[in-house]
Amino acid sequence: MSSESKQILTTDGIPLEVSLKKAERKNKIKAFLLVAPLLLFLLITYIFPIGDMLMRSVDDKMVTQMLPKTFKSMETWDGKELPPEEVFEAFYLDYKKLIEEKTFGKLSTQLNYTKNGFKSILKKLQRKMKKFEEGNYKEQIMAVHPRWENVEYWRAIKRRAPAYTSSKYLKGMDMYVNEEGKIVNVAEDRRVHRILWLRTLEVAFFVTLLCFLMAYPIAHLLATLPMKYSNLLMICVLLPFWTSLLVRTASWMILLQQQGIVNDFFVMTGLVADDARPEMMYNKTGTYVAMTQILLPFMVLPLYSVMKTISPSLMRAGKSLGGTPFIAFWKVYFPLTIPGIGAGCLLVFILAIGYYITPALVGGASGTLISNQIAFHMKSTLDWSFASAMGLMLLAGVLAIYWVYNKLVGVDNIKLG
Amino acid sequence: MSKNLEFVKFDKVDKSYDGKVLVVKDLNLDIAEGEFITMLGPSGSGKTTCLMMLAGFETPTNGEIYLDKNPISNIPPHKRGIGMVFQNYALFPHMTVYENLAFPLKVRKFQKDEIDKKVDKALSMVSLSGFEHRMPGQLSGGQQQRVAVARALVFDPQVVLMDEPLGALDKNLRESMQYEIKHIHESIGVTVVYVTHDQSEALTMSNRIAVFNDGKVQQLSSPDKLYEEPVNSFVARFIGENNTFAGQITDMSKDQCKVKLNDGSEIIANPISVKTSGDKTTVSIRPERALINTKEKMDNNFKGKIEEVIYHGDHTRVRLDLLGNKEFILKVPNSSANMDIKMGNQINVSWNSHDARALDPK
Repeated sequence: MSSESKQILTTDGIPLEVSLKKAERKNKIKAFLLVAPLLLFLLITYIFPIGDMLMRSVDDKMVTQMLPKTFKSMETWDGKELPPEEVFEAFYLDYKKLIEEKTFGKLSTQLNYTKNGFKSILKKLQRKMKKFEEGNYKEQIMAVHPRWENVEYWRAIKRRAPAYTSSKYLKGMDMYVNEEGKIVNVAEDRRVHRILWLRTLEVAFFVTLLCFLMAYPIAHLLATLPMKYSNLLMICVLLPFWTSLLVRTASWMILLQQQGIVNDFFVMTGLVADDARPEMMYNKTGTYVAMTQILLPFMVLPLYSVMKTISPSLMRAGKSLGGTPFIAFWKVYFPLTIPGIGAGCLLVFILAIGYYITPALVGGASGTLISNQIAFHMKSTLDWSFASAMGLMLLAGVLAIYWVYNKLVGVDNIKLG
Repeated sequence: MSKNLEFVKFDKVDKSYDGKVLVVKDLNLDIAEGEFITMLGPSGSGKTTCLMMLAGFETPTNGEIYLDKNPISNIPPHKRGIGMVFQNYALFPHMTVYENLAFPLKVRKFQKDEIDKKVDKALSMVSLSGFEHRMPGQLSGGQQQRVAVARALVFDPQVVLMDEPLGALDKNLRESMQYEIKHIHESIGVTVVYVTHDQSEALTMSNRIAVFNDGKVQQLSSPDKLYEEPVNSFVARFIGENNTFAGQITDMSKDQCKVKLNDGSEIIANPISVKTSGDKTTVSIRPERALINTKEKMDNNFKGKIEEVIYHGDHTRVRLDLLGNKEFILKVPNSSANMDIKMGNQINVSWNSHDARALDPK
């Protein structure tokens, strides 16, 4: 039809669309200016650090830049036998430069990550190199220590040539690239991270489950009690929320320790013998108890806000139509609370998976989680790139869970209020 | 078929929520099988509480409710087999119309094909065939209402309770739904207990109306009787429009009494709830029972001054200052004979003493 193709004009003859855009431009600019500070804030404090983390986790430029000549000369080396003289010479020149700049220590640390045993032979080399004569560096270097005659060590150096590496991610999964360049698992007795990942998932799952089981009745009570009681109960739920996390965790330590109040009570009531007090802290039990308590409000609040919107007449309708109280609950009330359950579980699970302080304080050895490991590498070993890699793996895990969740429940079904 | 006149029986039922105030006081009410009875009253009069006690969501503090001669106070709601239409429909928002209607049948373990048949029948009864797979949120208010009615009827309950089901609808829809519910009731003959605070709804739909106030049934009778012959001044005031005169009985005979009004004039009235001369009383006259400038012979004739004229199309409302009552309302049919109704004019007003009911003074 002609009216479809014909442009609609305003009374002044300007095309309607143009006029509309003009009229709304001002509002759009205003709206953008309003959100601009937040956008900037997000960019600076969220997007940028994550990008930086990503870079750090794959960055392997340090060695590349420390040994430029060596890697250049290694390009033609096939890695089957000991490298030719040029490589040894290039390595000698590079290392000499590092000694002059007094940064050779970093190299030994870095190479030692790749293969154990580098530290001592590099140190020895540094001492002996002062007396090196010009020419025939291959023999001179090999004479310093028999390990320099081992082709494996040269292969290890070559593996550090690329500026980017996935080794940190592999390490996070207890895997590494072996001498043949294949990805393999580390020895069984040295696999720490996989256990931690699984434990983190396990703890997050059970904490979510426990929170759900406890929060559902509380939220229901909150939503159905008359105002004056429900306000009081709400304050009880929120009170821990307003108390410092550290204080709450510390109070759990007082309660749960072997000479603590809970154990005293068990002994007093004769549940356990005085010399067989159960350990409830510095293990998984402590982590479960404290984390469940701390994360409970995050489950109660979304559930409550959803339950508040469910008319009590729906349950009555269910009953008046012949459903037993259980059927009325299960077929009518429960399905309507699913958005709240979804929101609460997702919230608690994601918070639990990255939880740090509580497991660090009450978790002990068997109750620490992946975030504690990340913190350990941030603060103690200073292996920031490894910490970044694990942080990103955690982020990816959370996003994956979110994706699965979206497929199962649908994000549109989440209701926080 | 002989009908059970005491199909639902409230026997001396009291109800209190807090142990201090009785919301329902000594309620005795018999509802016949197949009857459409309405509980009408202002909010807080106890009518919804009665309904909730019948449905089983509240327990009587004292007394007993019988359903088909069986006491039901100890039967939980889901075993009473009473259908209920709720104020805001209470349709299950996560189920389709079909699932909503199938719910009561499924919990009763009906076979699938039987469920289909019954749901079909119920939906066609409320003329919503073809809406099976809609969600309640996709229906208009009136359609949701009908689904709620169909759901309450689909499992063939003995009694259907309706708690202000039309309250949320607009006026036109409400009126058409009133007729629809009435027709459904007539066609299937189920006993309906209907709660409303809308008197016109009660008058158009019910076989009998129980007017509630202050936890008590003030009057239980058919709509016409309720309107024409209110037994006390509350009912007279609550149902329809009403002109009142406060006064004192001066002379009492068998079916007539003289009432001396506060301004000194005397009118002749029909004694309903007054016994002897000297009693205080409120005389109630329906606006359409008082006529102006009539040629008919009537035993009350007075002059009044027109204070306000409101044109209503088919009739004109006239507010008079008559015998000291400045709020005396008249409804004058719109005809060419009444063209001289003007503000400030004096006109003659007459009524029969039979229509002036001398009630309690409240």
